[in-house]
Amino acid sequence: MAAPLLELTNVSTHFHSPAGRVRAVDGVSVSLEAGQTLGLVGESGSGKSVLARTIMGLLPSYAEIPEGSAITFDGRNLLTMDRKARRAISGPGIGMIFQDPMTSLNPVMKIGQQVYEGMRHHFGTSKAAGRQRAIELLTEVGIPQPDVRIDQYPHQLSGGMRQRVAIAIALACEPKLLIADEPTTALDVTVQSGILDLLQREQRDRGMTLILITHDLGVVAGRCDQVAVMYAGGIVETGSTRSLFARTRMRYTQALLDSIPRLDRPPHERLKSIGGRPPNLITPPPGCRFAPRCAFADAQCESAMPPMQADEADATHSYACWHPRDPERVTEEVA
Amino acid sequence: MSDVLLDVRDLVVEFPTRKGLVQAVSGVTFELRRGETLALVGESGCGKSTTARAVMQLPRPTSGQIVLDGDDLVAAGKRDLRRLRRRFQMIFQNPIASLNPRKRISEIIEKPLKIAGLLDADKRRQAVEELLETVGLDPAVAMDKRPHEFSGGQCQRISIARALILEPDLLICDEPVSALDVSIQAQILNLLEDMKQRYDLTMLFISHDLAVVRNVADRVAVMYLGRFCEVGSSEKLFDGPAHPYTRALLSAIPVPDPTVTPKPIEMIQGDLPSPISPPSGCRFRTRCPVASERCAAEVPEMRDLPDGRAVACHHPLVGA
Repeated sequence: MAAPLLELTNVSTHFHSPAGRVRAVDGVSVSLEAGQTLGLVGESGSGKSVLARTIMGLLPSYAEIPEGSAITFDGRNLLTMDRKARRAISGPGIGMIFQDPMTSLNPVMKIGQQVYEGMRHHFGTSKAAGRQRAIELLTEVGIPQPDVRIDQYPHQLSGGMRQRVAIAIALACEPKLLIADEPTTALDVTVQSGILDLLQREQRDRGMTLILITHDLGVVAGRCDQVAVMYAGGIVETGSTRSLFARTRMRYTQALLDSIPRLDRPPHERLKSIGGRPPNLITPPPGCRFAPRCAFADAQCESAMPPMQADEADATHSYACWHPRDPERVTEEVA
Repeated sequence: MSDVLLDVRDLVVEFPTRKGLVQAVSGVTFELRRGETLALVGESGCGKSTTARAVMQLPRPTSGQIVLDGDDLVAAGKRDLRRLRRRFQMIFQNPIASLNPRKRISEIIEKPLKIAGLLDADKRRQAVEELLETVGLDPAVAMDKRPHEFSGGQCQRISIARALILEPDLLICDEPVSALDVSIQAQILNLLEDMKQRYDLTMLFISHDLAVVRNVADRVAVMYLGRFCEVGSSEKLFDGPAHPYTRALLSAIPVPDPTVTPKPIEMIQGDLPSPISPPSGCRFRTRCPVASERCAAEVPEMRDLPDGRAVACHHPLVGA
């Protein structure tokens, strides 16, 4: 097996706030092989976006990455690099697209210039060649009349078109890894599928590695090879998409799946909601972070953090739970 | 007592802009029967929220009739409207922004009673306490706090309490769970269902999420660019959409099951046409895969299908 393109070992990101240290990401380990698509799923505040920004090196000054964290990308530790070396990786190494294309694009710079800016910086591409390449990229991401659009500003485009431009910008430097942070959350459902199709096609054609961050398990199910579920700053379950959905072990993952309203269920059916809300990350519970909301929790769950352990049927599938769900049983009674 | 609580006829809402008049809602007609939930679905800019706000008279519509249990809200004068408002209330998408940050929860929920001039101070406080309990908050803890001390889901519970304190007949919910996480969304949807039973509510439910709509609605109306495409029972519409736009919307929903490969959506990709100069004839024709010349020439009228649905399409997918 080849060495992974990206390997996170015990990565934590803490923020200093007036109320104390916020453990936004706490001890995350995950690895991703080249050409794979990883879906990073979680609810608001679970740490998925902070994790993405930690990989990208886009953290604010009040953030701290504690000793012992390592992010290895293409054989090099990103966390021990100097700023200049790190900067050289943003673009040709790792590209990123953000949730809101209105705020991630520069409103006073023409679209074309935003697309070729990175190429000029990293590869010294000439203006004329950059412009030519920008038109090609805009065509590739499905922007009609790219030769006209290239001289327009972001406000002249719809939300879906702006997100396509953001994708063109990220692809311009041909990154090995693309991180898409909730790329379709601000868009309508009919526009969403077009953007996801585009990302998937680019990933396949370029052999690119993709991290797709989303709160929507539906988006992940159809489009990712691997899934990692985050809760309260940590990864609680990870594995191949098929195994994770078919043999869900961790109680939180199951509760999350159960709470989604589904098209194939009858109207007015009572939804299985998760009571309470995620814990405060300044003083997280000492044991399993999901224990206060979990119907299966006991004293052990409340006192000791469950370690990640491998699923018996699939070694790539692992979960952190003291009382995992038995995937062979269809329904289970609350203990 | 008539079976129909709300009767909306030929509703038109226009907004003047610098580029011209925008017709956000162009002649929408529907009924709400007592005790039912009608969902309005569609994408951003289709006019679903504008329709809901027009029913609330926020702002008043350009033309049309909105009759609530015999009283025409559009024709009602200011004083009459204030009296009638007790009977229809609304909850909004952003639960935190829709609560006054400077007021205590007890004041926020009590306010509608004060405006309506109902009950004395002690009784009002008691009513607020009871209602807080009903929506799942501890009155002893919540009464004296302010909105910023609560999460989004809890603020939505407070909004629901504020809307229900006058015991309205009609509750309008404008994307009530769109800003919430899935696990919290399920709590609020269950609460709305409980409240509907407890207070015999009739609901107009606005959402862009068809899976949520499937859970809450008895009937569904699909909107596109200010007009209705299809109205019918939730089961019929989800099982076999009659309008090509309904089919496109349904095909775009990601299914949380990895054995289902996402299908390309059955709609021509492109931007929503400008509502200032909408396409002639059927407004969906520029993105419709089955559009013909007739669709450009003739506006499709709403017509009834044998199965009880109504559809505005020259080439419906079922029951043609």
